[in-house]
Amino acid sequence: MTMAEPRPLTPTPVAQKRPVYEIARLSKTYARNRLTALTDVNLTLYKGEFVSVVGSSGCGKSTLLKIMSGLMPPTTGRVVLEGTPVTGNRSDIGMMFQQATLLPWKTTIENIVLPIEIREGRAAARAARPRAHELLQLVGLGDFANVYPGELSGGMAQRASICRMLISDPAVLLLDEPFSALDELTRDFMNMELQRICAERQATAFLVTHSLAEAVILSDRILVMKPRPGRVVEEIVIDLPRPRTLEMINTPYFGEIVAHIRDLLGKEAHE
Amino acid sequence: MTASPDMASPDPQSDTVWVERESLIDRIPRWVAMLALAVIVITIWDLVTTRTGWISPIILPSPGETLDDLIFVGHNLITGGYMLEALWTTTRTVFWAFLIAIAIGFSLGVLVGETKFGERAVMPYLVAIDTMPKVAFAPLFIAWLGFDISSKVALAAFIATFPIVVSTAAGLYSASENERLLFKSIGATRWQTLTRLKLPTGLPQIFTGLKIAAVGVMAGAITGEFLGGGQGFGALIRQSASTLDTPRVFALILYLSLLGLALFFSVAWLQRRLVFWNKSDRLGGVM
Repeated sequence: MTMAEPRPLTPTPVAQKRPVYEIARLSKTYARNRLTALTDVNLTLYKGEFVSVVGSSGCGKSTLLKIMSGLMPPTTGRVVLEGTPVTGNRSDIGMMFQQATLLPWKTTIENIVLPIEIREGRAAARAARPRAHELLQLVGLGDFANVYPGELSGGMAQRASICRMLISDPAVLLLDEPFSALDELTRDFMNMELQRICAERQATAFLVTHSLAEAVILSDRILVMKPRPGRVVEEIVIDLPRPRTLEMINTPYFGEIVAHIRDLLGKEAHE
Repeated sequence: MTASPDMASPDPQSDTVWVERESLIDRIPRWVAMLALAVIVITIWDLVTTRTGWISPIILPSPGETLDDLIFVGHNLITGGYMLEALWTTTRTVFWAFLIAIAIGFSLGVLVGETKFGERAVMPYLVAIDTMPKVAFAPLFIAWLGFDISSKVALAAFIATFPIVVSTAAGLYSASENERLLFKSIGATRWQTLTRLKLPTGLPQIFTGLKIAAVGVMAGAITGEFLGGGQGFGALIRQSASTLDTPRVFALILYLSLLGLALFFSVAWLQRRLVFWNKSDRLGGVM
């Protein structure tokens, strides 16, 4: 695993902020058991912004992500990406899961062009290979294009799945605890890589995580959610300078934010 | 306790109190072990038949007699005698039965594994039929199809179909939730999800079913030939057994097992080629 050289990061000027993903008055009720999974969720993701959602299990964050990715319809509310309502899967939504889920019978590069192959056919997938190579360079996997996933480590596999998410040039990245299956050192490293990749591509990202430290180190904003019914109780702006470094975890400010979120979530545990 | 350098023993060997030793069986090459076992078994066999006469030659022929018959049958097979014809008949039976079993088994397996209708309505009937002793259907097949090869093909295919159905259906279920979500999120159609995710993921299990079917199709073909007569190897075995020619029965069974081995290892070879990414279900490098 080679760390690519750090590149200059240009923070998005506030004036340029353009809404990418807009969610308003979103609610989701499961008809089967009349469970209100989400109620009155309002959220706007701006271009180049990194937003995380934290909360205990059952707070509706997975439901929110499924609705945002078009895998599940909302009960009521407005879900609009780039001016078009989300009514199903879309090529301008990039997703990343807890597991890398690379197909073992395809090489790394074949896995990366899979979304193109499925949507546009094999010819388009072949045409996308040069782009896939560039992405592999971006994540530091340049030499592993023709290797089968069985030979990749956990972190390398997740980097390949970052490439697969980026190949269709999505407007928004939806990340479902992407590094939670990795060991802690690899996880820290991958978080820094994710920050670099997002900054380089001006990506708009939405992360669901259990790790408060991970949320704070990566995010511009954090949504804290609580269950029964699932709702956003607080939005916290993280104004740590970018690029963020792992050393920031040891600063008092960082500790204060984490303690504040833990306090918010802990209260609910006693309710 | 701290050990100063001068206290350290000059001989590093004496510090080593526990070393890992490879067990005896791991140090013996496979072929030596197999040969040794064969020698032991044949020696005991020889002992209880020729040397001591404990077991009557009608029940268990001596290794020598069996070898004589092996040579006789082998000669007949090589020179294109009536036994080669019989073996060819059985081979054709097994081949067609296996093809039919694969075609029907795979189709039913996809129906059961991919559709709710198959899972809810078809599967219970398949399970019910599978629990029946399928050999009991042999007289029916003979009544329907007569005494020639087709009734044996039908019985062998009937026996071999079920493991393929079950393994295909189970294989299609084996794709993980995350993989299904991935395919859904990249807009895959149902057909694309089936052919590019579920079938490749299920291949190792499908091949397990094919191996069981390869064994079953042999059993079915020979049973059919026992019960329905005809020209096959099964009929030869039955004839020899009815004249108490036990060495011949042994020799015929040994040659028949070569056919079974050939079928089994063809499937295993195909699996190694197709499922190159999965090495978990190979037993000790044999399969």
